[in-house]
Amino acid sequence: MTAAQSYLEQSSPPGRTGWKAWLLTHDHKRLGLMYLWAILFWFVLAVILGLLMRTELMGMGRTIMGPEAYNSMFTLHGVIMIFLFGIPAIPSIFGNFFLPIQLGADDVFFPRLNLLSWYLFMFGGGFAVFSLFSGDGFPDTGWTFYVPFSISSAGNVSLTVTAAFILGMSSMLTGLNFVTTFHRMRDKAMGPMQIPLFTWSLYATAWVQILATPVIAITFVLVVLERFLSIGLFEPDKGGDPLLYQHLFWMYSHPAVYIIILPAMGVISEIIPAFSRKSIFGYKAIVYSSLAIAIAGSLVWAHHMYSSGMSDVSVFVFSLLTFLVAVPSAVKVFSWVSTMYKGSIAMSPPFFLSLCFIYLFTVGGLTGLVLGAAGTDIHVHDTHFVVAHFHFVMLGGTGFAFFAALHYWWPKMFGVMYRNRPAYVGAVAAAVGFVFHFVPMLILGMQGMPRRYYDYLPQYETGNFLAGFGAYLLVFGLLLMLLNLVFSLRNPRTAPANPWGGTTLEWSIPSPPPVENFTDSPNIKDFPYDFSEIVSNSNK
Amino acid sequence: MTTRIDATGTRIGMWIFLYSEIILFGGLFVLYAVYFYEYPELFAKGGKELNRIIGSLNTVVLLVSSFTVASSITAIQRGKKGQAMGFLAFSIFCGLVFVVNKYFEWGAKIHHDIYPNSATLQDGEPGLNIFFGLYYVITGLHGLHVIIGMVLLTVSLILVLRGRITASRYALLENSGLYWHLVDLIWIFVFPLFYLVL
Repeated sequence: MTAAQSYLEQSSPPGRTGWKAWLLTHDHKRLGLMYLWAILFWFVLAVILGLLMRTELMGMGRTIMGPEAYNSMFTLHGVIMIFLFGIPAIPSIFGNFFLPIQLGADDVFFPRLNLLSWYLFMFGGGFAVFSLFSGDGFPDTGWTFYVPFSISSAGNVSLTVTAAFILGMSSMLTGLNFVTTFHRMRDKAMGPMQIPLFTWSLYATAWVQILATPVIAITFVLVVLERFLSIGLFEPDKGGDPLLYQHLFWMYSHPAVYIIILPAMGVISEIIPAFSRKSIFGYKAIVYSSLAIAIAGSLVWAHHMYSSGMSDVSVFVFSLLTFLVAVPSAVKVFSWVSTMYKGSIAMSPPFFLSLCFIYLFTVGGLTGLVLGAAGTDIHVHDTHFVVAHFHFVMLGGTGFAFFAALHYWWPKMFGVMYRNRPAYVGAVAAAVGFVFHFVPMLILGMQGMPRRYYDYLPQYETGNFLAGFGAYLLVFGLLLMLLNLVFSLRNPRTAPANPWGGTTLEWSIPSPPPVENFTDSPNIKDFPYDFSEIVSNSNK
Repeated sequence: MTTRIDATGTRIGMWIFLYSEIILFGGLFVLYAVYFYEYPELFAKGGKELNRIIGSLNTVVLLVSSFTVASSITAIQRGKKGQAMGFLAFSIFCGLVFVVNKYFEWGAKIHHDIYPNSATLQDGEPGLNIFFGLYYVITGLHGLHVIIGMVLLTVSLILVLRGRITASRYALLENSGLYWHLVDLIWIFVFPLFYLVL
């Protein structure tokens, strides 16, 4: 193959040039890149917002912003990180790019719908920005938009909620596309137990996206209707029940955290065997645990509401279900660690980031059990402990997996190799900064510091002050990794087809891939993680 | 590699989409269930104020239109273009009748000062306010779906006219038909919940 055949040079459908070749493309790989740049923009923006908040909290009282600005900041940080980074990041970038390739297909099943999803994503993001600079000020409700405050707040909640609605449509249509692609575009020679684990995890995620997103859609529609018509469906003095809003909201938004974490687990399941030169331990267990997490994770939403006033029976049932989710999650961690055991480890930036993932995700999972148990949850509810737990799973988990995926697939996506040293330095700085940032928050939460306040009592000052330094180190590490990757684009496109010794189909085609992915028909292995060929080649 | 032209895949995609629509309405039905449990008498009282004759008429209209949409698909499969267009035009007409009926129904209610945030509902009992709030939200959202369905059927009609939908290629018509059946199906649940609640 020559460089001219790569998807970066040839358009799909053929013959388009200039901006049309990108903005009207049907190529899942180009759409993956377009998502990549949009999502990186949002990620960096929300990271900066987070850093500003932590700077505010480094000293008591007003440091750099007042309470209103702080409330808007945590709302924006949450909305962007959940709806514009966490949910779309791995499925929309890497899922779009690699799901069809891993299935041996030339594109997703509905390429034009895929393009529409991207436009909905951009439109929703634009709407979110527009909502900031119109109306009576920034939304200040937090990303949960709890009633009755979201209905009475003077901030421009309606537009922000509409933006989230549009982003939900985009995410749901991507899920629909993936499920159909999984069933109809898979190479005929590839049976269900020959599918790479990343694709399996995306399949499980796609179902959660399809199942849960309409619930948040209708909830957001109701919030907007309430704001304009004040029907009173959630207002007690008009006969409504605000608790129902919380149920509907979490019915989507708890599964949403599994939408965020499941693809991340899929990424780790690809990287760990590739750099251990060893078949994944418990392939079937990982497949079934992905499906189990998708199912059980959809049934635990009310564990966010222990202190909202539920019956003891509900609390008991939801607590029990929450504990059940820990089982498949632990199965995965066990499988990853066992894969490395007696493997031939080749250290590399993606592998290092995956190790960080396992460590940080495990802490996140264990602190989740503290919150899942109703008794201990009452003590730490709405404190910094919750914030720290959530970030251990979302940033320590999905965030690090996202960076691992970037470093793992970057050579394949762009055909360039990046420098290892800045990547390692950035990863170490991010991991160390992460721990020094969020462990103090766990302790502060245990001591009773509530979340979502720009100020605090004097006894919390030391912890908050120290956490600020961790935040700066973390952000330095993240940005260093990103810049290292972006600067690598100036390098010549000389990445080999298989720089890491991966065994899934994307490593059997050139880097960057040709426009229809496979120039010859793909060679489907009996088992996707069969390293015997890679190992025998390296022994020569 | 697998090729993309595959009617089964298109149908899978459509069914998944319809499923998401059902969940969308499902959220509202959950609200209905909870509030019905809370205010059973007031819901019955509210239901008596709705016009059962118009409601039944609309049910019949939608059921008939579902039948004619299905007939138009069969007609196109047999290559009878004129027949298919006739059936489609009649279905769109049924949709129009439904929307016009709804317009008069809503108009009469609003005339009697029953609409969200109206003085009667504000000062009345909270259960009635919730009942009519749900009535307007659910029938409003359903009405919106009727209109979207009519647009889809109109597009199908134009494409049949232009010969783009034929006996060998009718996925769009079939999917528009599925959407129309969904609109019908949801109404089958909405109708008893509001008009026949005792």
